[in-house]
Amino acid sequence: MTFINYASREINCKIVYYGPGLCGKTTNLQFIYDSTAAQAKGKLISLATETDRTLFFDFMPLELGTVRGFKTRFHLYTVPGQVFYEASRKLILKGVDGVVFVADSQEERMDANIESIFNLEENLRTYSYDLMKLPYVLQLNKRDLPSAIPAADLVSELRRKDEPVVEAVASTGVGVFDTLKAVAKQVLTELRKS
Amino acid sequence: MTNSSIVMRETRYHQIKAVLARLRLDSSARLVALVDKDGQQIAVHGELGDLDTTSLASLAAGNVAATGGMAKLIGEREFPTLSHEGEKESIHICVIGRVLLLVVFDDRSSLGLVKLRSKQISNELAATFAEIEEESNVAGISLPFSEITDEEIDSLFSYQ
Repeated sequence: MTFINYASREINCKIVYYGPGLCGKTTNLQFIYDSTAAQAKGKLISLATETDRTLFFDFMPLELGTVRGFKTRFHLYTVPGQVFYEASRKLILKGVDGVVFVADSQEERMDANIESIFNLEENLRTYSYDLMKLPYVLQLNKRDLPSAIPAADLVSELRRKDEPVVEAVASTGVGVFDTLKAVAKQVLTELRKS
Repeated sequence: MTNSSIVMRETRYHQIKAVLARLRLDSSARLVALVDKDGQQIAVHGELGDLDTTSLASLAAGNVAATGGMAKLIGEREFPTLSHEGEKESIHICVIGRVLLLVVFDDRSSLGLVKLRSKQISNELAATFAEIEEESNVAGISLPFSEITDEEIDSLFSYQ
């Protein structure tokens, strides 16, 4: 749910990074955080376990710049990927404006990708959101790993509509900003329509 | 968009700020904020210092969402108020429809006073916010983005 404040001339949008456990959602946010100028970002909040697994969510506000005199601010969230954090995952999707699905390219994680994407659709439905109508990007992460399966195979299994597909290596930043740009652009384009 | 967007006009913003200022004074609080349930900060008033209010808003919403989830598990609709008492600073959160009223206070005040004043003001805030939502849903409302161009969107990413 976008929030437009005429008094402070700000527009705030919420983007959620979704995907199976250890697919690289937090790594995406960490790279964005590390590569962004201090004045354009707030703190990166990580509610994680002692072993650095996301417990509830990661959050960072990112200011992209000004459009038509309005500061555009994106609030980036990740969900906990592990299956048993289902209740928390659902809560974070509330009020989402755009979703990035981070798929793990490794062959042994294909089932986890499929399960997670179905879980995403199901959780969106509980808020009466439809993935088909939502700004959405499919990121194929960990393209550098030897066990990564061909991108075309991942696409044929995981692509839901005509969403942009970005190949990435989040740990080195490859494709991270392309992904963010692809989803942010769709969110802003939606605003034009509304 | 997935849900109706909230459009806050300048007059409404100042109206809300005035209510928050009154609450802060009446409750001797350090800071009073209004936050959307999705984690967006709507308005804030008080001693900000270097407090990261954006993160505070996001965490407050996460906090309310998590306790709301627990409420449902035990058969409650939600927990309408939450309080966290620290050694020096404390937080009281009041759920008012789709917004959260957040009061940060120290030993200049007390939880009882903050609860009382928050409750007294919550009806007024609920009514104002209902009107804001209604205004946001008016068909044909002219938004600044209706004529935004692809070039303008691209320019946001030009630093990359």
